[in-house]
Order: sequence, then C-alpha cells, then structure tokens
Amino acid sequence: MLSLRRVTVVVVAAIIVAGLCSMAFAESPVTEVVSKASTVPWWVWPLSLFVLTFVLGVVAVLGGVGGGVLFVPIVGGFFPFHLDFVRGAGLLVALAGALAAGPGLLKKGMANLRLALPVGLIASACAIVGAMIGLALPTNIVQTALGITILGIVGIIIKAKKSEYPDVKVADPLSTALRINGIYHEVSTGEDINWKVHKTPLGLGLFIIIGVMAGMFGLGAGWANVPVLNILMGAPLKVAVSTSKFLLSITDTSAAWIYINNGAVLPMMVVPSIIGVMLGSMVGVKILAKTKPAAVRYIVIIMLFFAGSRALLKGLGIWN
Amino acid sequence: MENKEKKEVATEEQLRYAGLLSIGMKIGMAMLLISFAIYAIGILPPFVPVEDLPSLWSMPVHDYLHKTGIHQGWSWLYMLNKGDFLNFVGIAFLGGVTVLCFFAIIPILIRKKDYVYALIAALEVTVLVLAASGLLKTGGH
Repeated sequence: MLSLRRVTVVVVAAIIVAGLCSMAFAESPVTEVVSKASTVPWWVWPLSLFVLTFVLGVVAVLGGVGGGVLFVPIVGGFFPFHLDFVRGAGLLVALAGALAAGPGLLKKGMANLRLALPVGLIASACAIVGAMIGLALPTNIVQTALGITILGIVGIIIKAKKSEYPDVKVADPLSTALRINGIYHEVSTGEDINWKVHKTPLGLGLFIIIGVMAGMFGLGAGWANVPVLNILMGAPLKVAVSTSKFLLSITDTSAAWIYINNGAVLPMMVVPSIIGVMLGSMVGVKILAKTKPAAVRYIVIIMLFFAGSRALLKGLGIWN
Repeated sequence: MENKEKKEVATEEQLRYAGLLSIGMKIGMAMLLISFAIYAIGILPPFVPVEDLPSLWSMPVHDYLHKTGIHQGWSWLYMLNKGDFLNFVGIAFLGGVTVLCFFAIIPILIRKKDYVYALIAALEVTVLVLAASGLLKTGGH
C-alpha cells in the first residue's frame, strides 16, 4: 500500500516534470525570445510552483491552515504572476489541499461534520461576498488589512494558555441543541478525547467575518478557523485543526467559483500548484495523526507569523 | 477493533461524505492530470500559446481577458477543444465535489429525522450552486 502511494507520487511528479520539459523544448525558439525579457525560462515558474506547493501541502495540514495563506504571499512576492491570478490559484490550492485531507480526517473523527456544517454554511455564503469585494478593492489595502489581522491572531494564540484541550465546563444551549460534540482517539497518548463546545452564537457570528475575509484575500481561512474553533468555542486543538482543514473545502469552494467565473484562473499556474499541494496534503495527513498537539500549535504560530508579516510589509510597500 | 473505533468517532453521514469526497477528489485529480498532460504534450493546441504566457500572467485579470478575448463565466465549455481550457473540466469537477457530498447526505439526515442539519445541507447546496452559476460577476479594480 505504501509502495503504491510512493509509485503514484513518483508517477504524478514525473508527468508534471516531463510535461513541462516537453513544452519547454517544443517551444524553445519562441521561449528564447520571451526569456530575453524575463531572464528566466517561462517553464521554470510552473515547475517551481509544483515543488513549492508540495512542501506547502505537507506544512498546511500540520498547521491547520489552507495552503493559500502561505501560497499567496510567497508566490505573489517571488513569482511574476499578477496578484489576481495568485489569489485565484491560492484559493484553488487551499481547496485542493482540503479535498485531499478531508476524507482521512472525517473517517478518523478528527474533523467533525456537525461542527463544520453550521459554520461552513455561514462562511461559504459570506465568502462569495468577500470574493466579489476582493476583486474590486485595491490590492494594497486588502493586503495591509490581512497582515494586521493575521498578526493579531498570532498574538491571541500565543497568549492562550489552554488551547490543546480547552476547558469547556458546560456546552451552550445552541451547541447542545445542534448536538455539536464528539470523541476522537489521540494516537500520541492512546486516549479517547470527549469534547464539546461553548460560545457557539459568537463563533457563528465570527464566521461571517472569516467568510468575507477568506473570499476577499483569496487565502483560504484556516488561519482564522483554528483560533475561533479552538480558543473561542473550545474544540480540542486537533479537532479544531482538522475541522478547519475540512471546512476550507466548503468555504473555498464558493470563493473559488467567483474567481473561476471572473477569469482569474490560469491552468498553467493552477494545475501544477493543485497537484503539488494535493500530494503534499496526503503526506501531511499521515504525519498529523502521529504528531503531538503542542508541535502542531508551534507550527501554526510560525506559519501565521511569517504569512502575516509578509502580507503587512507588502501591503505597506516596504517589502515588494 | 479499528472498525469499531471508526464507528464510534464518525457518524453515518460523516462516513458517507468522506467516502464520496475521497472518490471525487481522486476522479478530479485524474482529470487534472490527464487534461494537463494533453495540454503539456500538445495533443490539443492551447487557446493562449505558452510562449505568450509570461507577457499575460503579469497583467490584472481584466486586462488579460481583454487582451486574449476570453469571456467570463462558463464560456470555457465552448473551448474544450483547446488544451488550456480542457483543464477547466477537472477544476470545475473539484469545485463541484463538495456540492455532490452535501447532496448525498441529505437523505441520510432526513431518514435520521435530523431535519435541522438536512436544511443546513440543502442551504449549503444552494449557496454553492449560486456561486458556481456564474451569475455573480465583479466590475474589477
């Protein structure tokens, strides 16, 4: 089974590399002309995207964020693509990563459908509005606001003392009525963890903002999902991270369709990125089940701090 | 033993959703691979020549659409004989998987008399179909 997966990964990677090399050689006379302007052969960029997104796919699952939250600032900052296409690709990257990780997380009970459905409905509806706003607003304004938001969330996570297994004494009436609770098996300790949530109305309200921001920034929404599900509502960190990852498949679907239908999707950018992040996410899910919650928390903090700093500095024109 | 654990931690609708999502993801992935291979190998000629991409992918999307003459929405359906637009079949399929998953769990939720969640799932299908419809367009910046 393991060897089959390895073979699949190798075959898919070979197809991407061979395909891009094939195009590069087939178009070499014209590419040479283009290269004079860009100094780098055009096929280097999609090939680099494939490698980068594979790594992001692994890291994103561990951090409970969409690949998009890292993809957009990194690709937007160091690749020659316009931010409109980067945001469209970022959403599809986050979506693909969530689709790849979702089945495993749901089957293991680490992601919870009853928790995800109500918040997913609100977030996905609002993501449509956010995507439409994001495609209409000046990019620097969106990026500055995003950087401030993510760095604020990093501060909240660092200050929180009980985020791995939050102490929820009493479930609130709404979560009780909706039966939002569950049990998951913590592999690292061998324990079955019973969990419930509180402050559900406030959590649902915050997902209005999260949905709008997810669509507006084109970054997925894991960076905001995890703190709200974990710190505010009290879901254990692994449940919050896993449900967040699955939730991205709902939120980002609606936002991604707005970008697709508005033309902000380039197959040469999107397909190598999607395949890279999907393969990386499959590897990430395997690692997640054996990782201690504290380690996941540190990864979340580091990734959010980097992504937030990058977005803020670029929005302010300091690091372009 | 392992199956017993799975039954305890995941509901019937959650497992159904996960199963469909797994199949849909794999089909979508296969579509992407095949269509990209067709694009990359050059079996179907692209609408936008690859040698033109570096001068186009740095443009804002509205300039790109104007320059290439590509229309918004589902117009790509009429351009599936072009290698680059063939990739939109896989992309659209991945965008539709979640809709199918929600649609599939509604009967289970109704059978379990979980009407609130059946309604939530139905509303989610409506939201995603609206987003995919192409009716919502922006003016651009």
